[in-house]
Amino acid sequence: MKNLKLILNPLNDENPITVQVLGICSALAVTVQMKPAIVMALSVIVVTAFSNLIISLGRNTIPPRIRIIVQLVVVAFLVIVVDQVLKAYVYDVSKKLSVFVGLIITNCILMGRLEAFAMANKPWASFLDGIGNGAGYGLILVALSTLRELLGSGSLMGYQVVPDSFYRIGYMDNGMMILPPMALITIGIIIWLQRGFNRKLIEK
Amino acid sequence: MENLFDLFIRNVFTENMIFAYFLGMCSYLAVSKTVKTSMGLGIAVIFVITVTVPVNWLMENYLLKAGALKWLGPAFAEVDLSFLSFLLFIAVIAAMVQLIEMIVEKTAPALYNALGIFLPLIAVNCAVLGAALFMQEREYGTIVEATVYGFGAGFGWALAIVVLTAIREKLKYSNVPPPLRGLGLAFIITGLLAIAFMGFSGIKV
Repeated sequence: MKNLKLILNPLNDENPITVQVLGICSALAVTVQMKPAIVMALSVIVVTAFSNLIISLGRNTIPPRIRIIVQLVVVAFLVIVVDQVLKAYVYDVSKKLSVFVGLIITNCILMGRLEAFAMANKPWASFLDGIGNGAGYGLILVALSTLRELLGSGSLMGYQVVPDSFYRIGYMDNGMMILPPMALITIGIIIWLQRGFNRKLIEK
Repeated sequence: MENLFDLFIRNVFTENMIFAYFLGMCSYLAVSKTVKTSMGLGIAVIFVITVTVPVNWLMENYLLKAGALKWLGPAFAEVDLSFLSFLLFIAVIAAMVQLIEMIVEKTAPALYNALGIFLPLIAVNCAVLGAALFMQEREYGTIVEATVYGFGAGFGWALAIVVLTAIREKLKYSNVPPPLRGLGLAFIITGLLAIAFMGFSGIKV
């Protein structure tokens, strides 16, 4: 039950993006299409889960004065592994994600969870917390990219879903949706909706 | 010379770190509560990016890039260490931040007090690592270009955070729908500002 909470809480009540305000940089830049967003979400889940696990295993031996450097090295190592795997198996997506794979290193979700959770909890709980937070991040990424790709290019996962007959009677893709500013505004609206339904998250 | 000025203007306005690439958003949203603190953070970021980008440029061109190790002798001409760049860049940034902190503490205590708590935070600011990675991707030719790029990127970031904070300070007195208060509205304002900044695109100086 407690373990289930570790995974489910970050999906809504403690969502890393909309509530804890962590890891926003990459969330916005990779959401023009669904495919890169899903790949990015999976990469972040892997990195958060394993960095949480590794740091939690070593939490009693890491000297507190240099813990930030140790955490950065562990995270950078995992990100290099992920980056090489992406380059080997999904090269086109890895090109699209460009610098944002590297930026997982400074994704605040990682440092935030390592500092706040993995340094003080047992390995298994930390691993689940990593998966939960990665998934909470992924959830927002997928929601955002679905909206942006559907409205901006009329397709999902690269396949056209808006029928041609719509375009013939005058429907047009909203070109604004694929530009950077709309990512910000869309996420603002997602936060608005979430807080409208979940009123305990409202800021005073 | 004109070329460098153009590079600077482009990175401040059209390729702004926040409005075009969303880098450094976390601290941008967390710190933008009062103009004074966001000024402090902005100046610290300008400072750190302007120092770390050229240092990382040296790393990239004399250590990491394919063939960069030629100066060690012909045997090393084939070596390509670019897979190590994330690790080395982040190490350089963390070390430089520490070094800058120590130098500033010794030489300018007043500045140190003003920047104080922000300097260590900057090591994990995505804008700093982002600037290093963009420098690598765009392959700037000389160290001067890299420095100007770093300064422009930092300046653009600082400008964005100060503008947003000023708007948020004024917003305290308006009647916002409760679920939109705070974070939601901050995002929407940033989006609107980004649209405004898009008006600069295509500027040539």
